[in-house]
Amino acid sequence: MPLISTILRRLVLLVFVVAGVAVVTFTISHLIPGDPAQLIAGDKASAETLAHVRQDLGLDKPVTQQFVIYVRQLLSGDLGQSLRTRRPVAGDIALFLPATLELGITALVMAIMIGVPLGVLSAIYKDGPIDQAARVVSVAGISMPVFWFGLALILLFYVKIPILPGSGRITLGIAAPVRITGFFLVDSLVAGNMKAFWSSLYHLVLPAFVLAFANLGIITRQIRASMLDVLQEDYVRTARANGLSRSAVILRHALPNALIPSVTLLGLAFGDLLYGAVLTETIFAWPGMGSYVVSSIQTLDFPAIMGFTIVASLGYVLINLAVDLTYMMLDPQIRELG
Amino acid sequence: MSEPSGDVLLEISDLSLVFRTSRGPIKALNGVSLNVRAGEIVGIVGESGCGKSVTMMAATRLLPKGSAHITAGGIRLFGNDPMKLSERELQHVRGKLVSTIFQEPMNALNPTRRIGEQIVEIIRRHQRLDAKAATSKAIGLLRDMLISEPERIMQAYPFELSGGMRQRVLIAMAFSCEPKLIIADEPTTALDVTVQALILSLIKHKAASTGTAVVFISHDMAVVSQLCDRLYVLYAGRVAEAGTTASVLAAPAHPYTRALIRCLPGLVAPKQPLEQILGTLPDLLDPPAGCLFKARCREADERCKAVPPLAAIGAARRAACWRRIEETQSA
Amino acid sequence: MAVDGIGAPRQAVSRFREGRLWYRVKGSPLTLVGAAIALVVLFVIIAAPLLAPYPPDKISLSARLAAPSLQHVFGTDEVGRDLFSRVLFGARASCGIAFAIVILSTVIGSIIGCLSGVVGGIVDTAIMRLMDVFLALPALILAMALSAALGPSLFNAMLAVAVVRVPAYVRLARGQTLSLRNRTYVKASRSFGASPAYLLRWHILPNALSPIIVQATLDLGGTILTAAALSFIGLGAQPPTSEWGSMVSSGRNYFLDQWWYITFPGLAILISAMGFNLLGDGLRDMLDPRLGGR
Repeated sequence: MPLISTILRRLVLLVFVVAGVAVVTFTISHLIPGDPAQLIAGDKASAETLAHVRQDLGLDKPVTQQFVIYVRQLLSGDLGQSLRTRRPVAGDIALFLPATLELGITALVMAIMIGVPLGVLSAIYKDGPIDQAARVVSVAGISMPVFWFGLALILLFYVKIPILPGSGRITLGIAAPVRITGFFLVDSLVAGNMKAFWSSLYHLVLPAFVLAFANLGIITRQIRASMLDVLQEDYVRTARANGLSRSAVILRHALPNALIPSVTLLGLAFGDLLYGAVLTETIFAWPGMGSYVVSSIQTLDFPAIMGFTIVASLGYVLINLAVDLTYMMLDPQIRELG
Repeated sequence: MSEPSGDVLLEISDLSLVFRTSRGPIKALNGVSLNVRAGEIVGIVGESGCGKSVTMMAATRLLPKGSAHITAGGIRLFGNDPMKLSERELQHVRGKLVSTIFQEPMNALNPTRRIGEQIVEIIRRHQRLDAKAATSKAIGLLRDMLISEPERIMQAYPFELSGGMRQRVLIAMAFSCEPKLIIADEPTTALDVTVQALILSLIKHKAASTGTAVVFISHDMAVVSQLCDRLYVLYAGRVAEAGTTASVLAAPAHPYTRALIRCLPGLVAPKQPLEQILGTLPDLLDPPAGCLFKARCREADERCKAVPPLAAIGAARRAACWRRIEETQSA
Repeated sequence: MAVDGIGAPRQAVSRFREGRLWYRVKGSPLTLVGAAIALVVLFVIIAAPLLAPYPPDKISLSARLAAPSLQHVFGTDEVGRDLFSRVLFGARASCGIAFAIVILSTVIGSIIGCLSGVVGGIVDTAIMRLMDVFLALPALILAMALSAALGPSLFNAMLAVAVVRVPAYVRLARGQTLSLRNRTYVKASRSFGASPAYLLRWHILPNALSPIIVQATLDLGGTILTAAALSFIGLGAQPPTSEWGSMVSSGRNYFLDQWWYITFPGLAILISAMGFNLLGDGLRDMLDPRLGGR
């Protein structure tokens, strides 16, 4: 039962959250100092043009009615038109989203692959040199200004010791793979274009590492804390008392139980990742949503900014829902009774 | 009555052990000596914190590496010093030669794995059996524990079982690789009295049929007296008294043993008031000089300012009390 | 842990009073490092004009983009301003804004949270559902959108980040309030007819405070980063204000040849964020050793 009721409760919350996002973005759009019609029409527009634009946007109607129109548009997937690119925001986002996802997923995988073993090791050798080093790395990760770290790594590995590319998704001169998913790694593999694959992978290294670094610290700390909890559980002692090997005790008995509470962290990490991606993409000229939104901010392109906010919030909420469900599926007590 | 004459499986001699803490060293064990021979059931009795579990966990090296330090004495487990064994050799000893049943069956089983997987894993670790043979062996073990529908239990997760069931699973696990010695650390403390009796008889019969020696740790004199051939009474990290169960119950030599027995309803003559032992265990951070029981002892006198040795006071009987030692010498 | 009531608040306070605090800090050198960094940052904020060798806005076109030297220990920027002086003054904007954000969100959040917990009932439910909605949103993305809408300035960035941080404190303060409300001494006080305001002032707030302070310290590090990041993408401090994030932003055009331009402001962000994170971590471990370090 708890599984179903939790899902229902989360879906109700989801509706509220989405409504909340709509209210928030709508309010923010109306907070903009100055006249949106003026922004769209330009400074030198005549009074007539302004009135026309205002009518087009429905700005002459009462606020409540405007909100209804806004929600109706959102529900039909219409996020408005970008002032900067003059294209529908939804289309722009669909265009740039895969690049961001490719970067984010690579970074997350990197952070997990380094962070989990590091957390396990520092729990096993608590207070030893590995633990101390891991602690410094995690605090550094949490305290690192992403945008500066990116620049520093470019300076180091692109300028001083030129071994890694410092910008873009693929080497200039190598054609991007034909778009199927928008993920260069996937598309180039599908097309069997290994040259493009290696080039894309090569271009992912620095930005993905920069993005992974902050989450690395959070993951390491979480895994360490829950491993320490689990290692003093009675069932770990049972496993040891029955002569199971050290690796079996750690990998089969302690780690799975330590990972379960850490799963929830992934949802939160996604929020950080999203935000980190905005900065990382700017630094590495990565043609994704982050670069798109920063350019939009710099040109005060509000439809684009709000469209991004809505999509990001929705993605965040859905990912967290998925993560919570995964968490419940992993816990046999909930799974078997649910 | 003489001591049984089987092989000595475990011999602890004059073991002293401290826990290093931020407040200073806690002297948990002060010269504990005991031995266990093949096939016998030995009880270790004493109130909480007297060093029962610590002694046995030291023997299987399950104490936390950083804080527990052996300061004197030695342990021989199946002829080896467990402190000198490699991690690998130690894993062979644990489970295969000696295994432990812990108290509090609540968390003693991994909550995210099925019962069957956990038993089979241990069986296959120590015996050359394929998955199928190991599974049928595990089912047999569960059946020996009077678990009905063992096949269904094999598929269950720990949270789906009652405390008594989980304890039986743990016992089955401990017997799974036919060890020579089983350490049962208060296996019935968390259970109902009715379940308690069942668990005790299961351990007793399984041990008798396999010839396994059992060290039974308990704070409950009544439980120990039902089960054990011999017993050791521990007080504040020292052995207060040792002997066969029958002789100790018939004529307890140490005032602490007497007090423990007098706390029990049923073991004393009817209508005699039950007693409580006044005071608490001494502070092992800063233990008082002399006999550690003297502050709580009604018979304490001048002699008790010195530490009494654990001396023979009869056939297969030893006690650490000046009064008894002098009586024996004068007799 | 006191099982209930009467002894609890004094015990919590005495942990800090009876020298145990110092004993525990001494056992954790990283916490000491954090505290030292925090003190240095505070000192620089106050004494920046005394410490800086040049006025932060003094342009000297003859000394443009000069490498670090004895005259300019951190070098100079594209109009010859002394980077060392600008980094010192930058502490005011970068850390000052972080302090302001944390204080603002802590105060507002704690008041709402405590009230919500004390009043209870439908008001409490409504507030908490609203907070659930906010907590389910990506806070920093919202802060970006909000400060873009308000118009790029340091003050607006501060408001935006403070607003999105409030729900976390509401939840924390309410949780504290609820657990304190059921303590025996609060119940006793209420049975003598104490008003909610009295309970809040004398029983709830003082005891709910330490976890809130720890959380605030932990947040300071993250907030320094957020504020700097907003300035970096052009939403926070505007040139020519000395602010670390916007200094890195302008230095970006020169960093390939003039490494020092972005290096020192960036290090200042890293080190000060690290200081507050270490301090907050240490404080949390002291209050609740089960949570963190061990």
